Amino acid sequence: MNDLVRRYGAGLAGTFIVLTAFWLLVLVILPYLYLFENSFRPYLPVVDIGGPKDVYSLNNYLTFFESSIHLRVFTLTIVYSSVVTVLCFAIAYPLAYYLSKVASSAVVPTLFLLLLIPLWVSEILRSFAWFIILALKGPLNFGLLGLGIIDQPVRWMSGFRSIIIGLVYTYVLFMLFPVYNAVQSLDTNQIEAAEDLGSPWWRTHWRVILPHAKPGIASGAVTVFMLSAGSILVPTLLASTTSRWFTEIIQQWMFESQDWNTGSAYAFLLMLACTIFVTVVMRLFRVRLSDIAK
Amino acid sequence: MSAGVELANVCADFGKFRAVDHVNVTVKAGEFFSFLGPSGCGKTTILRMVSGFIDPSEGEILIGGQSVRGVRPNKRPTALIFQNLALFPLMPVWENISFGLEVRGVDKKARRAKAEELLKLVDLPGAADKAISQLSGGQKQRVAIARALAVEPKVMLLDEPLSALDLKLRQHMRAELRAIQKRTNVTFIYITHDQGEALAMSDRVGVMSQGKLQQVATPQEIYNHPANGFVASFVGENNVFPGQIESMNGATAVFRTGAGAFRASLGPGVTRTTAAKLYVRPEQTRLVDTPPAGTNSIPVEVADVAFEGNFINIQVRNGDGRPLVIEARNDGSTRVPPPGSKLNMVFDAEHAVILADETRSAA
Repeated sequence: MNDLVRRYGAGLAGTFIVLTAFWLLVLVILPYLYLFENSFRPYLPVVDIGGPKDVYSLNNYLTFFESSIHLRVFTLTIVYSSVVTVLCFAIAYPLAYYLSKVASSAVVPTLFLLLLIPLWVSEILRSFAWFIILALKGPLNFGLLGLGIIDQPVRWMSGFRSIIIGLVYTYVLFMLFPVYNAVQSLDTNQIEAAEDLGSPWWRTHWRVILPHAKPGIASGAVTVFMLSAGSILVPTLLASTTSRWFTEIIQQWMFESQDWNTGSAYAFLLMLACTIFVTVVMRLFRVRLSDIAK
Repeated sequence: MSAGVELANVCADFGKFRAVDHVNVTVKAGEFFSFLGPSGCGKTTILRMVSGFIDPSEGEILIGGQSVRGVRPNKRPTALIFQNLALFPLMPVWENISFGLEVRGVDKKARRAKAEELLKLVDLPGAADKAISQLSGGQKQRVAIARALAVEPKVMLLDEPLSALDLKLRQHMRAELRAIQKRTNVTFIYITHDQGEALAMSDRVGVMSQGKLQQVATPQEIYNHPANGFVASFVGENNVFPGQIESMNGATAVFRTGAGAFRASLGPGVTRTTAAKLYVRPEQTRLVDTPPAGTNSIPVEVADVAFEGNFINIQVRNGDGRPLVIEARNDGSTRVPPPGSKLNMVFDAEHAVILADETRSAA
């Protein structure tokens, strides 16, 4: 704080602090508190709000645990978000390694541009694009049939398949960039030293590069998992008849039933479960929060 | 156990730039061989070719008589010690050392035992479980050496491994490296720009400039009989006089310079028409009041005197203001001339050598 004042003067430092405080309190903490408070109150007609029936209870939370369908959707959301995270890592790690250690520095900016161009298009349009690509008579099946890889069209939009494809596509860059940064920061001499000592490529990755990149991988994994579990657009647009995402249930409580109270309770349950899940997985892989912050 | 390394007409091109230009040299098995040269002379490229990270554009590299073209670094009987050591910071010391054995499928107990044994060899017992970040510069150095020795290489390649250490430690590690080399009898190929290191440690030295090998010889030979002007000025100090040969008589000649004509010996390959300069080492010169008849002498004025303890470094200027250096050994009674004294700098013909300017061109 003193450092800030010394460097920028009282006026500018004060502005920084006020703006940050405004963002944190008014735009982040206050809405959460509002929802949190609401999640303990019953859903009532307007006339009853503030009346004798408006008392705090855990009923909204209990609604969730009493519904086996909601529990099932919730579990599947966590499971498939994990699948998306693993797939994103499987795609991003080789790419990150290639970009940081193999590709010549002359082509890397071009490759990054190519990777970023899809981000210039809105997420809705990109999801629609996948909707078309994955359609039963869409270009993907047409291409695969034409190449003779399949002999009848695949129903891509069934189960969670299309949602997984859509989520991986949407969030893979959130895995790529932290992993790229982590691999990039590894001294190339260490890779060469491992090879010089006789290590085959896979062992060099396993013993030298992956351990070094772990904080980046963890940071990417947390981001992708949280974004996937909290995504509403992709699961709605690329849904099949059997796929349900937990965020859709929250949305239904809030906008279709107009029951913001139960919706809030569900939203907090999702947040809590995701936080616990991420913490447990980080423990399992021995990553500390401070590693991710680096 | 150890193997010789032969570079046969080796070239390395990076685009249009030729980093290594037709290098021919045979490093004998069990030899401590140094490549000495300024940065950018191609010495590191040679090391990377021997270790297998790059293949020569032309020519052949033979290790133990076998061509290693196309053999990846992980299949070569060499171990490289990197300039920045490249220890694995996330592994404890013993895992670093035994990494090469882990790769070869040696079980954990044997790996641990080998690591402990090597730690004793490099004089660092009890450090097995330490983290790399807990070690000092010199200790890291020892771990890097142990890690390379663990794979029992036939050839050890060292890329300026001492350059990051402070002077005292560097001198200590020189002796240490030399001792380890003698004990293990592994062929050492050492890369350095530090002439002191190269001369002190090596059995033979190869001096390089602009991708070309200028001279391969023992340290004494390199210092006392440099092959050309580049070697003479890169290794040790010199008083250099431009000029031309006036007359020749067998192995000696009279060399005409701006400071006078001097009798001097002819360097290798120098003929009447060679572009050459005269080189005189400061320790081969003396300051006298009156020069004996028939010796090379230059009237000079003392500009500055640095008393270094075991020797005295005297900066002088001749009539045209050319700075010259005289180094006198201090035997306890050596006279230190005060600045401003007018004296004569003398040197013998056999210690003044006429050397070709041109660095040796490709064969």
